[in-house]
Amino acid sequence: MVDIWSGLVQAAWLVGTLDAELLEIALRSLKVTLSALVIASLIALPLAALLAVRRFRFRRTVIAVLNALMGLPPVVVGLVVYVLLSRSGPLGVLGLLFTPTAMVIAQVVIIVPLIASIAHQSIRDLWQEYHDLLISMNVTQGQKIRTLLWDSRRALLTAALAGFGRGIGEVGAIMIVGGNIDHATRVLTTAIALETGKGNFALALALGFVLIALAIAVNLAIHALSRTEREGRW
Amino acid sequence: MSDLFPVRLEAARATRRGRTLVGPVDLELDGAGTTVVIGPNGAGKTTFLRMLHGTARLGGGRIRWNCTTEEARHHQCFVFQQPVMLRRTVMQNLIYPLRMRGMSRGEAEDRARRWAARVGLGSMLTRQAPVLSGGERQKLALARAMITEPKLLFLDEPCASLDGRAMREIEEILQEARAGGMRLILSTHDMGQARRLADEVLFLLHGWLHDRGAGPEFFTQPATPQARAFLNGDIVE
Repeated sequence: MVDIWSGLVQAAWLVGTLDAELLEIALRSLKVTLSALVIASLIALPLAALLAVRRFRFRRTVIAVLNALMGLPPVVVGLVVYVLLSRSGPLGVLGLLFTPTAMVIAQVVIIVPLIASIAHQSIRDLWQEYHDLLISMNVTQGQKIRTLLWDSRRALLTAALAGFGRGIGEVGAIMIVGGNIDHATRVLTTAIALETGKGNFALALALGFVLIALAIAVNLAIHALSRTEREGRW
Repeated sequence: MSDLFPVRLEAARATRRGRTLVGPVDLELDGAGTTVVIGPNGAGKTTFLRMLHGTARLGGGRIRWNCTTEEARHHQCFVFQQPVMLRRTVMQNLIYPLRMRGMSRGEAEDRARRWAARVGLGSMLTRQAPVLSGGERQKLALARAMITEPKLLFLDEPCASLDGRAMREIEEILQEARAGGMRLILSTHDMGQARRLADEVLFLLHGWLHDRGAGPEFFTQPATPQARAFLNGDIVE
């Protein structure tokens, strides 16, 4: 209880004094996760729409695999990305291991199935509703996908939020591919793991509270965006 | 005379999962007036319209338009019994088919305003389409179909579950469209509506085209006993 209280006090102190190291770590966390979220959304949302609209062999298998990948163990993802990016790996020449880019790659792999799966369910429902209309209007496959993505944008925001939640709280994969290097790849989750390991519970808790506050702030921002959509402003 | 017509159905059959729902149908339709498709529940009216439109699987036979099938599809629209509303405003619903065909936003919006006024939705352009009443939704669906100025319009029971006023308004729009040269093929359960609109009647039963006749004559002198029984309000099996 004392640890939690002192963690809260220290968190307030760190935020109140705009601690330079905390700011750096928090900004890096946001930068890595938001970058991963944007890239993952660009991959997952069209993929989800395509899976809803297009009939092809093994489609059900692809959907089942995608759903199964939602539970992909991050540590395994980290390990695979590590092997791919390590100097002796096929992408080693790029020199990305232990950089924020490697962390972004790992997060993208982790959150693409999650966003695609949630988005697919929403888009599939909308496609059932729109199917006859869009077929009768003779619109192209690309136009169908754009229409479905636009008209289910509210549900897609929720899918993106879920992806953000998974990404910002991720520690296993980014610890492996990022290395938790001070001033380079240290983010809130890896810093919390480090401070806990050192027995510095108050600081670890303080970082935890900042992480929770960040996650809530991004959620609120997306909800505010969603509200402006409901009011028909975009 | 539209260049889509005549359209010929040669032993055309609509099937689903190997089961024949409609046909085989042999029929030739020319390019003028309103054809009304009638028949009891389950006769295959909706499937017949969809087969002609190309959205129901053709399990056998052929449908030959007087042009390519792609051109034919480009010049026709379909209004469903349960109107499908895009989750957008009335204006956005109206401009959607035009934008998909590459028309500029400004031009599409001008045309949408004219059509909205024509169907009595001029003051509702900024409202969300899914929250409109049943009659308003059907009028919007009709305007959205007609805004592309199709040569052929299919309507599947367009006035089902609408009140008298909404039905009258929709029939007036259809009569205007017909007078303007648009070919209409519609299914209905309402024999009053069939009498008011039909230049030609097709009577379907169990997926078969049982009877066909010119509007007024069909209602006074149906050729088959099943059609006569149907018009008399008897249960037809």
